Amino acid sequence: MSEVTPRIAVLVFPGSNDDRDAAWALTALGADVRLVWHAEQELPLVDAVVLPGGFSYGDYLRCGAIARFSPAMQAVTAFAGEGGLVLGICNGFQILCEAGLLPGVLRPNASLEFVCADVPVRVERADTPFTTRCEPGQELVIPVKHGEGCYHAPEDLDDDQVVFRYARGANPNGSERDIAGVVNVDGHVLGLMPHPEHAVDPLLGPGDGALVLASLVDAARERLYARA
Amino acid sequence: MRATVLVRPKAGILDPQGEAVESSLRQLGFPVEEARVGRVIDLDVQAASAGEARGEIERMCERLLANPLIESYEIEVGG
Repeated sequence: MSEVTPRIAVLVFPGSNDDRDAAWALTALGADVRLVWHAEQELPLVDAVVLPGGFSYGDYLRCGAIARFSPAMQAVTAFAGEGGLVLGICNGFQILCEAGLLPGVLRPNASLEFVCADVPVRVERADTPFTTRCEPGQELVIPVKHGEGCYHAPEDLDDDQVVFRYARGANPNGSERDIAGVVNVDGHVLGLMPHPEHAVDPLLGPGDGALVLASLVDAARERLYARA
Repeated sequence: MRATVLVRPKAGILDPQGEAVESSLRQLGFPVEEARVGRVIDLDVQAASAGEARGEIERMCERLLANPLIESYEIEVGG
C-alpha cells in the first residue's frame, strides 16, 4: 500500500542554519517539504510547520524576539490558532516562546558557554503528535548545540506540558526542572532544544531523532487524511 | 525626543552574565557583593510631549524591548 505524502513547511529566516537539515530529514521520513522564506505573508497548503534552528536575525535583542514579528510568523500564529501542528527546534523553540505560542523563555546557558553534545533526553509524554513513535520514559540520545537553552518556566507551567526532560545529571544548560521540550496546553505546538533533525541517519550517530520527526510526519499524514 | 530605556533581569532571575562579572571584579580585588547585567537602549522618538513619548516607549517595551517574564524596564525621557 502506498502512503500519501503529507506536506510540511520549514520556515527560513535570515540566520536560520538548520533549515536544510530539517528539510532533508523530513523528506527522508516521507514528507513533501516546502521551504518558506520569512517574508512570505502566507503559508502554502501544509499539514504541519517546522521552525528550524539557527540564529534568526542574529539573535539580536533576545533570541527569537525579532523573528516573531516576521510576516511568515504571523501566518504561523494563524495556522497554530486553527489547531495546526507546529514544531520549533532550538531557535524555533525560542521563537515560539517569544511569540507567546509556548510558555516560558530561553535564556543564556547557566555556564555562559555554548554547548554542543549528544545528550540523553527522557520522553515524558508519548501521547503528543510529536512522540507517538516513542515509549513513555524512553531515553533518546539527541544532540544539542546552543548558547541560549536555559529554559525559564512560568510559575503556573503544568507538568503535563513537559514532553522532554534531560536525563538526570545530563542537563546541559541549567534549564529549570531539567526541561528540554514543552507543548502548548492544546497539545499541537511543541518546542525543544535538542535537534532531532541531526539524529536521523544512523551513519552519522544516534538515530533517535527520527522517532520524533517520524511521529510528526505520521500526525501530518493524519491531518491530510482528515482534510481530504 | 531622546529617551533611554534600561532593561534589567528581574530579581530572582538567574543572571549568569552578572555572576561572571561579579566574580571577575572580585578577582581584581574590588569589594563587590553583587553584579547584574542588563541592557541600555537609547531612542530618538517622534512625540509632541514627554508624556506622549513615555506612553509610546512603554508600548515598545511591552511588545519588543523587554520580555516581561524575566525583565523589568525603566524609561527616562529627556533632552
